Amino acid sequence: MASQAENPAKTESLWSILLTFFKVGAFTFGGGYAILPVIQQEVVENKKWVSQRDFADILIITQGMPGQLALNSAIQIGIRLRGTAGGLVGALGVTAPSVIILLIIAAFIYPVVRHNEYVQAVFYGLRPAVVALIAAAAIKMGREILQGWSAVLLCAILLIIAIVSQVHPILILLIGGLVGLILGRRNFLS
Amino acid sequence: MISILLSLYWSFLKVGLFTVGGGYAMIPLMEAEGIKVHGWLTPSEFLDIIAVAEMTPGPISINAATFIGYTLAGVTGSLIATLGVITPSLVLLTLLSKVLLQVVRNPGAENFISGLRSGLIALILLASFTLGQTAIIDVPTAMIFAALLIGSLVRRVSPLYFIAAGAILGLLLYPY
Repeated sequence: MASQAENPAKTESLWSILLTFFKVGAFTFGGGYAILPVIQQEVVENKKWVSQRDFADILIITQGMPGQLALNSAIQIGIRLRGTAGGLVGALGVTAPSVIILLIIAAFIYPVVRHNEYVQAVFYGLRPAVVALIAAAAIKMGREILQGWSAVLLCAILLIIAIVSQVHPILILLIGGLVGLILGRRNFLS
Repeated sequence: MISILLSLYWSFLKVGLFTVGGGYAMIPLMEAEGIKVHGWLTPSEFLDIIAVAEMTPGPISINAATFIGYTLAGVTGSLIATLGVITPSLVLLTLLSKVLLQVVRNPGAENFISGLRSGLIALILLASFTLGQTAIIDVPTAMIFAALLIGSLVRRVSPLYFIAAGAILGLLLYPY
């Protein structure tokens, strides 16, 4: 699938960006960090679109900016290859498989099977499994991020505020961010 | 119809904007917007959608946005919700593309994000408690939860195994 661009060293076709990220979106399960090795394989090793070093930079940005990891990486790599159009096409590619598959499930499969007894049984077991996944995610993130007593204290205080006040979670996040900004990073990362 | 599309877009835009770090970071916001603020779905429907989003390829928040958008407003709803969740990434990464590395390495931004993540952990923990109340309803579901949580802390396994284990245990233990 060689691109027929005028300047093969620099210009990658939008079509090939679309296809590559469509593949990433279609074959990665579970979201989050599970997607990163697949993207790395595709864009660093197979296509050689970005160097290992640039990929590391992209990851740093991806983790510091809002949004899904796969989406953020696709947009950034698209922009590096073909500017804004490349970024849009990367986003479209990585998003399209999700939208197509979930539309089929939501429109045709879920309404038909949802009242089936065995499907009910599956979801009866899936719900506590998902709650375990969410709790495990909180614990793993905590181990990684909450280093130093002030970060743990901030987390505990924010948890209490969230439980007692029932405010919107965005407010909790903004309070956390502002406290981080005021106290400074040295207090947060060992 | 227009008003539900606008509130779908706005809600999912907020979810996209405050999901820093990917994956389950979006759970507390989606729970707040979908269940508490708008009453679009019940806690157990929300858990079902997350389970389906885990079983299917692609980023969880995009899967969940498509599913929730469809159940509220059909195909248009699903596209609008998905567009909402990806808008912040598209806008921020495009506008800031030249200076991104400086932005995320800026000490102020790093401090802000690390404080925000402390809040995020608190919120994800809280979400697991509130959602747990609808999922953990008897002895078998409590056992499934405890076994999978302990298993995940002992060794690193793909979420897919959790989903497979939950489905099989559900079939075996469901009070038919």
